[in-house]
Amino acid sequence: MQGHVVPKKTYFLVFITLIALTALTTAVAFKDLGPMNTVAALAIAVCKATLVILFFMHVKYSPGLTRVVIVAAFFWLAILIALTLSDVFTRNWTPNPAGWQSSMLLDR
Amino acid sequence: MTEGRAAILAEQFDDAEQQHDAASLGMWVFLATEILFFGGLFCGYTIYRNLYLAGFVAGSHLLDVRFGATNTGILILSSLTMALAVHAAQLGRRKALIVFLISTMLLGLAFIGIKLTFEWRHDYLEHLVPGIDFAPQGAALAEIQRFHAPLPHVELFMFFYFAMTGVHALHMVVGVGILTALLIMAWGGRFSSDRYNPVEVSGLYWHFVDIVWIFLFPLLYLIGGRY
Repeated sequence: MQGHVVPKKTYFLVFITLIALTALTTAVAFKDLGPMNTVAALAIAVCKATLVILFFMHVKYSPGLTRVVIVAAFFWLAILIALTLSDVFTRNWTPNPAGWQSSMLLDR
Repeated sequence: MTEGRAAILAEQFDDAEQQHDAASLGMWVFLATEILFFGGLFCGYTIYRNLYLAGFVAGSHLLDVRFGATNTGILILSSLTMALAVHAAQLGRRKALIVFLISTMLLGLAFIGIKLTFEWRHDYLEHLVPGIDFAPQGAALAEIQRFHAPLPHVELFMFFYFAMTGVHALHMVVGVGILTALLIMAWGGRFSSDRYNPVEVSGLYWHFVDIVWIFLFPLLYLIGGRY
């Protein structure tokens, strides 16, 4: 047999934690925390995704090469989002030269 | 090494362990492309949500958190049964494998069923389908006016909602197809504790689709100021 056999108990514990986190994120959404609502929702989602990746997807027991591919995938995602957002949200930081149409996206 | 084992191990691999790791690695490389595929949608959603916040908050209020939360639970449960299916395959338990594969399929179908009958059908009847029939009336229109949201901005939210949940549901349909193939193979006794890579690798795909929903649920349903 190849691959690590994870005890069933681990799967059940992860499942219960995931359901609890789902209940938590739903409950928190109905409390007014200002901008923290989005932060809390995303933080809980990241926790849930990490649990699924580590245990359900066996990454905790995977060889280093597999982990490198996964980290690279998320690193590329970070590049995609960070560079796109840094473009879009900084377009009006400096005044546009006279005669230029200002950025279509942000001036509406 | 017996004849049977030799047939299980493809000739390019040194041993079964290497073959197993290569299969997982290959699936993860595919999932990396999937992460970036969905990442583009998430990125676009972030940008337009920041530009047209009122429209996106109003749009979020047109969705029903109860169905979103129920579907999240169903999908997490299906991930558990998928993990248990892999567990059963690793131990060579054919009957348990079949039972868990069928449960995973049924849960996946339940997710799609709820999405279709309670959410998308409702949106269609309420004239909330962007591009085809977007003319909110009654309660939906009142909700949009409560947030002073321009209609085109709400329509843009609905575009993102249908594109993201639609592509996700398409992945679920593909997943159910994969599970059907696995079920036929499991039925025919094609898996054993020495040969279960197809189950493990399909499990990775199924869990990935679950992870996408784990992010879609808060982004679409929850962060729109529900209080």
